Amino acid sequence: MKLEILHTLNAERAARRAVVVITDVESGAQRLVRADAIAADPLHDTLEKRLRMGKSGMEDTAQGRVFLTVHVPSPRLVITGAVHISQALAPIAQMLGYDVTIVDPRTAFASPERFPDVRVIAEWPDVALPPLNVDRYTAFVACTHDPKIDDPALLHALARDCFYIGALGSRKTHGKRNERLKAAGVSDTDFARIHAPIGLDIGAISPAEIAVSIMGEIVQSLRQKPSRAAKAEAA
Amino acid sequence: MLGRDEDILKAAEEWSKAGRGVALATVVETWGSAPRPVGSNLVIDSDGNFLGSVSGGCVEGAVVTEAIDVIDSGKPKVLEFGVADETAWQVGLSCGGTIRVYVEKVG
Repeated sequence: MKLEILHTLNAERAARRAVVVITDVESGAQRLVRADAIAADPLHDTLEKRLRMGKSGMEDTAQGRVFLTVHVPSPRLVITGAVHISQALAPIAQMLGYDVTIVDPRTAFASPERFPDVRVIAEWPDVALPPLNVDRYTAFVACTHDPKIDDPALLHALARDCFYIGALGSRKTHGKRNERLKAAGVSDTDFARIHAPIGLDIGAISPAEIAVSIMGEIVQSLRQKPSRAAKAEAA
Repeated sequence: MLGRDEDILKAAEEWSKAGRGVALATVVETWGSAPRPVGSNLVIDSDGNFLGSVSGGCVEGAVVTEAIDVIDSGKPKVLEFGVADETAWQVGLSCGGTIRVYVEKVG
């Protein structure tokens, strides 16, 4: 790999942009395609398919058999609410390789003592979220139970196409949320993207168990792409 | 250091910029039960230092040896490992799968 390609690859990854490297493993010939250049590339169908799957692999193309190295940004988790569940969810997500950020304007909750190894931003979502560059490789979880904090964050997560969006609260709470978000212009399709009641149904009771059920649902959304697509089509 | 994918590729760039001979090994194909998915990386320098993995530790030794050749020659290689290998007990995959690893020089 030419140092120049490696340098661009690392720079694009650092900026959280997807990249594909195309290698002819017989000759060693290699080129890099940035996410924004895929549409104009001769192999765009293959590249787009691979990028969607987030999977590297060998492909037979018009230009011969090549190896495609697909680099998608590592997943992140953004949580509103520095609450008890978040205290369990953050370290579980970190163990799974997620970069975790918690947003909560209530300084009594958002204290470093409660979250020794997590980035906690004690600001309102409208201030805290835009600089985070939340993207489709980000999972978003709303945990405050307070519409003043969760609603704007959910709107942001929907607008940024997060791969997972979940909101804590009962069916009744979620029904009220539906009314509020619809009034704010959210479509039925978009509202249906919010996982609520949050988490896999494993009978979780304690905050740590609920964190496990949320994390399980996040992993499912990230990894089981065909079923997610099927669900979206059915919706 | 656990060696996340970012760290491995960053190390490859930093090692190369520091003037070390560097090779990058990538799992390009797997059959059957394979310990690391396609796309997994191992970065190697000419002294045999390495970061990352292409298997569960089963074949890294052999990949490092081949990588040092690749650094010298500059020519990429495709290596294949599986239990069918005569030397399976030395460098094969105990899990029963087969993997192909592409080794290329960096720089």
